[in-house]
Amino acid sequence: MSEATPNQSLFEQIGGEAAVNAAVDIFYRKVLADHRINRFFDNVDMEQQAAKQKAFLTMAFGGPNNYTGADMRNAHSRLVKMGLDDSHFDAVMEHLGGTLKELNVPDNLITQVASIAESTRNDVLGR
Amino acid sequence: MALTKILLDEHETVCHEGETVLEALLRDNVDIPFSCKQGACQSCMVRSLDVPPPAHAQKGLKDVLCKQNHFLACLCYPEQDMSITLGHQPEYFTEGTVIAKELLNPETVLLTIQCKDALDYYAGQFVNLKRADGLIRSYSISNSRRHAEKLTFHIRRLAGGKFSEWVHQELNIGDTIAVSDPQGLCYYLPDKMEQSLLLIGTGSGLAPLAGIIHEALEEGHSGPIHLYHGSRDVDGLYWIDEMRELADKYENFHYTPCVSRSDAPEGVAQGRANDIAMVNIPDLKGWRVYLCGHPDMVNQAKRMAYLNGASLQDIYSDAFHVASPTLD
Ligand SMILES: Cc1cc2nc3c(=O)[nH]c(=O)nc-3n(C[C@H](O)[C@H](O)[C@H](O)COP(=O)(O)OP(=O)(O)OC[C@H]3O[C@@H](n4cnc5c(N)ncnc54)[C@H](O)[C@@H]3O)c2cc1C
Ligand code: HEM
Ligand code: FES
Repeated sequence: MSEATPNQSLFEQIGGEAAVNAAVDIFYRKVLADHRINRFFDNVDMEQQAAKQKAFLTMAFGGPNNYTGADMRNAHSRLVKMGLDDSHFDAVMEHLGGTLKELNVPDNLITQVASIAESTRNDVLGR
Repeated sequence: MALTKILLDEHETVCHEGETVLEALLRDNVDIPFSCKQGACQSCMVRSLDVPPPAHAQKGLKDVLCKQNHFLACLCYPEQDMSITLGHQPEYFTEGTVIAKELLNPETVLLTIQCKDALDYYAGQFVNLKRADGLIRSYSISNSRRHAEKLTFHIRRLAGGKFSEWVHQELNIGDTIAVSDPQGLCYYLPDKMEQSLLLIGTGSGLAPLAGIIHEALEEGHSGPIHLYHGSRDVDGLYWIDEMRELADKYENFHYTPCVSRSDAPEGVAQGRANDIAMVNIPDLKGWRVYLCGHPDMVNQAKRMAYLNGASLQDIYSDAFHVASPTLD
């Protein structure tokens, strides 16, 4: 990881698009292998899903995206009907943190990523 | 260069210096999907119909997509005028004549079609066959690129299936049929010759895999090549002897026929092809995987292969989707 300069964005500090690419593979494998949550991914095309995981991570890394809270609600409303709740959200948070640790991202950056992801909780869970 | 022109479905957009194709199209109020504008999400993927896109605009795309001139609009600073499409090109058909027809097993016919124009395809791709009344279905090419004008297909008869029943019962040697340009991303490229290959097919899903295997062996692929061909019962398998002969001839080619619903005779494995393959080869890190046939098998095997270590970039598949899920 390159030396962080004060005016670098979180996304740049983590390593930008290259970091997203490295993280997607690790993260998606963790999610699919987790019996607590993998049923939510049963009926989605894996290629498309990998692209969506990229969108997810880009957003969580504070990268450029134009998702709104309403988009997050819509994207997950089908899952909420399937029973998506806090426990599943927590599991995803766990894998997000685990992925970044594996990539040796510094703790202070992981905390920032976690708080961005956390901020979407109510929208993702449709509350 | 200051200005380039982007032609999209008869609509021309001028792209200024320092502007990406995506920015130019959005400025021109063209409705194109996008999200990150960073080359990360791939939602802005489009395809060039004429010139190859600049390499920097293809970052992160599968090599098969690159070869077909797909690129990310948000990364593309065009170097020359381009004609692009958001979806697929209008289809082009050539005339084909049936020159041979024989049964591979009680439910699958081997059809050989001589095409008027040689087709440019990669082993494993499929074409759309169009009957005179316009009925269209997709079928995978089962031969390698050696005979680009003579294509073979394995067509499985589905009870009540409009196209397949017609092929089995009415289509005769000498009849003509329209053959589309080859399509699909499930194909073999002779680039990493030492890579290990796993191929799993059910039923007529052997067709594209057979093409890929012949192509790979003819090109001198040196890595191990493992084929698992499955069906409910032995009647649904075919080319058992041919594949065994191939395995005798090439040291790096391995063949396992599998039956899932009935007792397996000597030399045939008992169980579903994808289950048996994953048990035999638990670590797929670095492997290239090809999956063809029943959509349920393809989806399950995709996930299993990925969880066993194969990278998504290295998993190629064609699910033989039919109107109702009765194919296996
Ligand atoms: C990329 C790709 C590649 C393919 N490659 C091959 C290949 O190499 N070989 C191959 O054999 N197939 C292949 N297929 C499948 C092929 O394209 C056709 O879908 C298949 O042959 C069935 O077509 P059909 O017209 O005979 O059946 P359809 O008429 O489309 O019917 C499909 C099924 O629905 C049932 N059905 C139809 N109407 C009704 C009804 N009213 N009520 C109840 N059930 C009904 C039929 O009995 C049949 O089982 C491929 C598909 C794709 C997408
Ligand atoms: C931690 C906060 C989360 C964020 C920021 C987030 C973000 C996203 C984004 C950006 C998409 C793509 C939307 C699109 O463009 O279509 C998406 C889709 C999806 N997410 Fe999440 N997500 C979160 C939590 C979860 C959880 C907890 C689950 C389930 C356990 C989940 C499962 C899915 C699925 C299955 C899709 C695909 C939906 C579909 O294609 O139908 N997500 N998510
Ligand atoms: S908009 Fe995301 S890759 Fe282009």
